Amino acid sequence: MKSIRVDLQLIADMVAPDTRALDVGCGDGALLAYLVDFKRVDARGMELSQAGVNACVASGLSVIQGDADTDLRDYPDDAFDYVILGQTLQATREPREVLRQMLRVGKRAIVSFPNFAHWQVRLRLVFGGRMPQTTSLPYKWYDTPNIHLCSIDDFRALCRDMGVRIERAIVLNSKSRPIHMPPLLANVFGEQAVFMLKRD
Amino acid sequence: MLQDLTDAERAALAQCRHAVLGVDRPLRLDCGVDLGPYRVAYQTYGTLNADKSNAVLVCHPLTCDQFVADRHPVTGKEGWWESLVGAGKVLDPARYFIICVNVLGHCMGTTGPLARDPSTGQPWNLRFPVVTIADMVRAQAALLDDLGIPDLFCVIGGSMGGMQVLEWAASYPRRVFSAVPIACAAHHSAQNIAFHEVGRQAIMADPEWKGGDYRLHQTAPARGLAVARMTAHITYLSEQALQRKFGRALQNRNALGFGFDADFQVESYLRHQGSTFVDRFDANSYLYITRAMDYFDLAGAHGGVLANAFRRSPTRFCLMSFTSDWLFPTHESREIVHALNAAAANVSFVEVESDKGHDAFLLDEPEMFRTLSGFLKGAAAVRGLKETT
Repeated sequence: MKSIRVDLQLIADMVAPDTRALDVGCGDGALLAYLVDFKRVDARGMELSQAGVNACVASGLSVIQGDADTDLRDYPDDAFDYVILGQTLQATREPREVLRQMLRVGKRAIVSFPNFAHWQVRLRLVFGGRMPQTTSLPYKWYDTPNIHLCSIDDFRALCRDMGVRIERAIVLNSKSRPIHMPPLLANVFGEQAVFMLKRD
Repeated sequence: MLQDLTDAERAALAQCRHAVLGVDRPLRLDCGVDLGPYRVAYQTYGTLNADKSNAVLVCHPLTCDQFVADRHPVTGKEGWWESLVGAGKVLDPARYFIICVNVLGHCMGTTGPLARDPSTGQPWNLRFPVVTIADMVRAQAALLDDLGIPDLFCVIGGSMGGMQVLEWAASYPRRVFSAVPIACAAHHSAQNIAFHEVGRQAIMADPEWKGGDYRLHQTAPARGLAVARMTAHITYLSEQALQRKFGRALQNRNALGFGFDADFQVESYLRHQGSTFVDRFDANSYLYITRAMDYFDLAGAHGGVLANAFRRSPTRFCLMSFTSDWLFPTHESREIVHALNAAAANVSFVEVESDKGHDAFLLDEPEMFRTLSGFLKGAAAVRGLKETT
């Protein structure tokens, strides 16, 4: 059985077999291929980089070139059981609108993102006095694609504002292992999080 | 129906198969005319498997024909898509049963303006009904009925061939398992209609055209047709490709000739393209086929909403465009992708980096072959088509 990145594996585990899923920002198609091969999912992908798209299609996956900010609008309501956005929300121009579209197009949305309130980030900013660079946030301030970073608590607050139900939330530490802590601590020790959301 | 053939038609029909259709039930054309009987010339490669699941229909573009992968009966040149179809190629006859049908209105054996009107016994010429892309596809579907092929594993084509692929998917969604429209659009743009009109006017302005009755007068509008081809050929290339190939290089001379001979290589090349084209193409057919492309407007045929053409489509789509194609630019493929998304259809879309212009789809473009091979592999897995037949 081929192995995929831990956060992708967590997402894959949330997807029920024999369903329809759209992976927005599908990259090289690792998650898509897993969903197709092991869960018989009718999985489609959208990817910004043309090189990524071409590689996916050449390996037999259904992928189009597209932008999460603009191209989710094309799809009809409830076109998919899941719309997945892995490590991309923070790079969108309008994260709130992207989430809204995801939950319009999909019955459920699965979102993963880096936690900007992770203790390493806090320490680097408070004591280092520089824009934090960590394993999950490897960029310099001037070349980062991440323009809308948030903390886990910020994300929960947005879900509340939008009236979105959080069905599952998994917080991962810097070794990509799930941690089980009260929200206040999770927001400190979690390096990234995976949320499964549903319209209320 | 085989009397009065041109030499080209005779040579074509000797090298491919044909069927006479519409004897009992004529083909109702979009213009309202009932056409029948009519002849359909087609070429096949490979064999149909026992469960009839490996049929692939290749739709040819404007100036190509059914001779996809064998030597052309008139020009003697190799097949126009031998880079794609053949042993060891992406579409391998060892695996697929590949069919290519000469389109209605064309001049390589299928009924078109060259044929005789059965009601008058006279050649149709310009009295042949104007046919559409949908009519071409209806004739192909009628041929498949005749051959007992219920559905197609894949329908693939570029340019006008891509238009036929889209029409197939829209008109016969249950008969199309996968569809590959390449370098095409869901409608012909104003610019494309304009270029076609220049070509048609060049033909009609040739005094030898005689209102389309040139064969009765034993003349041939070769100059007009050659100019039409020259104009069109420019649209198939890109500025970069022309520059790279010819630049301002002179033809067989060291200095400008101060006259109107072909001083430049690019002129000589275009003249050659024009003069060889007239040997294998009929001027009236050129009028009809370009008209069919101009009339193509898939959204228009579906209440103005392109997505309506693909509602509940079970077909797997793979679209492809080329960066330097200005005849069918990428945004026109993207428009189709948007419509397919709106219909929640299964679609892949790849834009291939190439400086070869529209013609790129006929050339050796490894990225195109990689994409196609991957797409077909994925589709075959879903269809349960075995690796080898």
